[in-house]
Amino acid sequence: MTIDNLKQSGPDSKLPRVNWAKIEEAENFAKTVKLYRQGKIDHDNFRRFRLQHGAYGTRMTDDYAMVRIKIPAGEIYPIQLEKIAQLSETFSIGSAHISTRQNIQLHWVVLEDVSEIMRGLSEVGLTSREACGNTVRNVMCSPLAGVCHDEEFDTTPYAIATAKFLLRNPLNQNLPRKFKFNFTCCEKHGMARMVDVGLIPVTREIDGKTQRGFKIFLGGGLGNKSFVGHHLEDFTPEEDLLYTSIAVLRIFDRMGNRKNMARNRMRYLVDEMGWEKFQNLVLKERAIVRATQSVIVKLDVDNTPNDIKRPITVSDEDGKSTPEGYSRWLKTSAFKQKQDGYHSVFVNLEAGDITANQLNALAKICREFSAEGFARNGFSQEIVLRWIHESDLPRLYSNLLEAGLAKPGTLSMASPIGCSGTTSCNLALTNSHRLAKEIQRKFLELKLDEDDELRDSTIKISGCPNSCGQHEIATIGFYGGGGRVGNDMYPSYQMSLGGRSDRETMLGVICMRVPAKRIIPVILKIIEIFKKNKQSEDTLSSWINRVVKGNENSEIRSVNDFKQILAPLVVSPTKESDADFYLDYGSDTNYHTITGKGECAA
Amino acid sequence: MCCLSKENIKSVTTDADVLRSEIRDKSVRVIDVRREEDYKKTHIPTSVNMPLANLLSDDSPERVVKLVNALGIDDETSVVVYDDTFGALASRVAWTLEYLGHNDVSLLDMTFGQWNSLGLETDSKIPSIESKNHSLKLRPEIMATADYLEKAKEKDDVILLDNRERLNFLEQHIPKAVNIPYRSLGTSEKILRPKEDMKRLFENRGIEPDSEIITYCGSVGTLSGLAYYALKSVNHSNLKLYVRSFKEWKNLKKPIDKQENAHYWDLSAE
Repeated sequence: MTIDNLKQSGPDSKLPRVNWAKIEEAENFAKTVKLYRQGKIDHDNFRRFRLQHGAYGTRMTDDYAMVRIKIPAGEIYPIQLEKIAQLSETFSIGSAHISTRQNIQLHWVVLEDVSEIMRGLSEVGLTSREACGNTVRNVMCSPLAGVCHDEEFDTTPYAIATAKFLLRNPLNQNLPRKFKFNFTCCEKHGMARMVDVGLIPVTREIDGKTQRGFKIFLGGGLGNKSFVGHHLEDFTPEEDLLYTSIAVLRIFDRMGNRKNMARNRMRYLVDEMGWEKFQNLVLKERAIVRATQSVIVKLDVDNTPNDIKRPITVSDEDGKSTPEGYSRWLKTSAFKQKQDGYHSVFVNLEAGDITANQLNALAKICREFSAEGFARNGFSQEIVLRWIHESDLPRLYSNLLEAGLAKPGTLSMASPIGCSGTTSCNLALTNSHRLAKEIQRKFLELKLDEDDELRDSTIKISGCPNSCGQHEIATIGFYGGGGRVGNDMYPSYQMSLGGRSDRETMLGVICMRVPAKRIIPVILKIIEIFKKNKQSEDTLSSWINRVVKGNENSEIRSVNDFKQILAPLVVSPTKESDADFYLDYGSDTNYHTITGKGECAA
Repeated sequence: MCCLSKENIKSVTTDADVLRSEIRDKSVRVIDVRREEDYKKTHIPTSVNMPLANLLSDDSPERVVKLVNALGIDDETSVVVYDDTFGALASRVAWTLEYLGHNDVSLLDMTFGQWNSLGLETDSKIPSIESKNHSLKLRPEIMATADYLEKAKEKDDVILLDNRERLNFLEQHIPKAVNIPYRSLGTSEKILRPKEDMKRLFENRGIEPDSEIITYCGSVGTLSGLAYYALKSVNHSNLKLYVRSFKEWKNLKKPIDKQENAHYWDLSAE
């Protein structure tokens, strides 16, 4: 793959290191849509084809699709941000959405326009291929890989190489179900235990030489039923990364459940077989793969260090004072890199949404400020600008502020995750997307982003029992459903407490159902109870952790105690006294649950 | 070059080089449709000003023909129109001239902003104009009224195009309309896509050259005016502009469709 034919938009624009695109796929997609509309391809076959190419169905209609653009390892370049801005204005709703798996999504695209988007993407080296469907999805990598203090080495080149090896590879075109890889930087910043294959970089000394390798976790995942991944072996040397990946994919392809859609992720296979048996199978299969693969089959890992060049500053703002809000923003948005004098800045987006104008502004800001020359999508619906020199931070803040991108609180509890919910998803029961935005607005209004005791807690919301919003690994998690008073329905959420995704990964414990319009008061009440009962060193997250594990000795000793205190807050009013209770966010008609057919398992 | 273009059928757009030579030859009347204060500051040399708002304040043919006369335009005058609003306002003015029966009108293929950024010549001089006498031979076949639209849209070979942005379309639109947002018609350099791209865009959406096409947008037929010329640029000939557009349709309480059961507005970061 070369990048020579890519357009360059400005002299200072760094060009993408990999061209993921294939223009023929756009033409083929356009042709196939026509055949489908003419009735020459049946619905099921077309749907499989569409998903393979990254176009997902849309809520209650066959006319529109969501295009999921794969961003391997989250690396996104200024020219790509600009192209996506243009495509979103041209063919979508004028905003794009950053997903929790580092993809960028364009919603409400007319099916017949999808090929035009693919064409545009190919101009900047991007693809939506295998972003949906029963394939290996976007290969993720921690947005802090390469700059994290605790990492043993930068896993980005390995994530990119894995993505390159697997994209369009026959090995993963028709798996029993989707399959996810996550590379992390360290134990703290990744999600290694919540995916099919999770990888943490480790090193060991052999004969005085440092050897690179990975701690590999298999069979984890969030969903209607969630599992924490199992640790394969003490140390997987880097030479074995590819062989292990192929072995696992082959086992899953051969033995995964192709009949029962509800149980066909690899985690169910691991669960049914038992970890030890599965583990043995992987090790045996890997030996076969190692012995039978041609020597030319290897990962193309490019460990050439990134060109780090601080952009020349054309300082036109010398002497200007730093705008208000800078220190509040800095505290909850910037991460001090292991490289002296540099920061990574987490740009706050409400539930991952960003307008075309903001994408253009961000591209410009990235060129002007990042010594790396490109940005990274994060794990929590944000965009990360890395390699920002300390002395440029105030000026960066002014620029972000001008673009409406300087909301504080990205790295705090004040940035909830909300899946797309009823804004576009067929499976959604509630408007989780808007709820996340409402919570964020309330938290910022109350300045809760500044509260250090809330810093390491998270709120994550899914609009249905599936886990696109990752609610099970949130300190306070919610998934949507309908509640009922007599004949009237109201939007409601199941609340879980104490989930986390670090070294101590655990799933949240189900607490109680909370009506949508009572969620903000309930969260605030939980914070109030925490403040009353905490010990001096506690954070909300550590305190809730004690409660769910039964190790807390205050008035709250268990999830049940929460239930009792919160019960008065969740009582349903009559429709006459509070009609709003029966409306979901963003809706002026009475709530009822409506769903279409999901395509996660198509 | 100027002679070559005159020999052919008048094309939908005129490029900068052709316009510059026509200006040198004094063989063109250039209309700037931006606001008067913008025009007064700077404009393409020799151009005259007809702000769209002024035209719209009363666009009865009798009044418009007076405006046209005052701009020194008669039946034989070659006219090129430009704006700074991706060609939409210029389109609305050009269409109005066509409707009056003028058949030598085209759009500058770029906006004034793009003209400026290419460093092409501008001027602040306001030309003195000798008034002319334009005839009035209305072309009702390029205009759709609400009544016409209501009946026509039930026919199989009539396509109704809505050129507003996607979210507005989802929220409410005329039943059976096809949404092609105005943004998809141009590029960052030109007000209209290259022909091949434009053809492919319409073909993908099933908009066939032999259908009758009616375009509409939010209120005064600007965005849909651009679509009218976009279609014309790829040789669609049976075109009508629903000039009073969705605003009138709504006021008349005609039927409206909506994409139900989805909260798409909440995906917008606006």
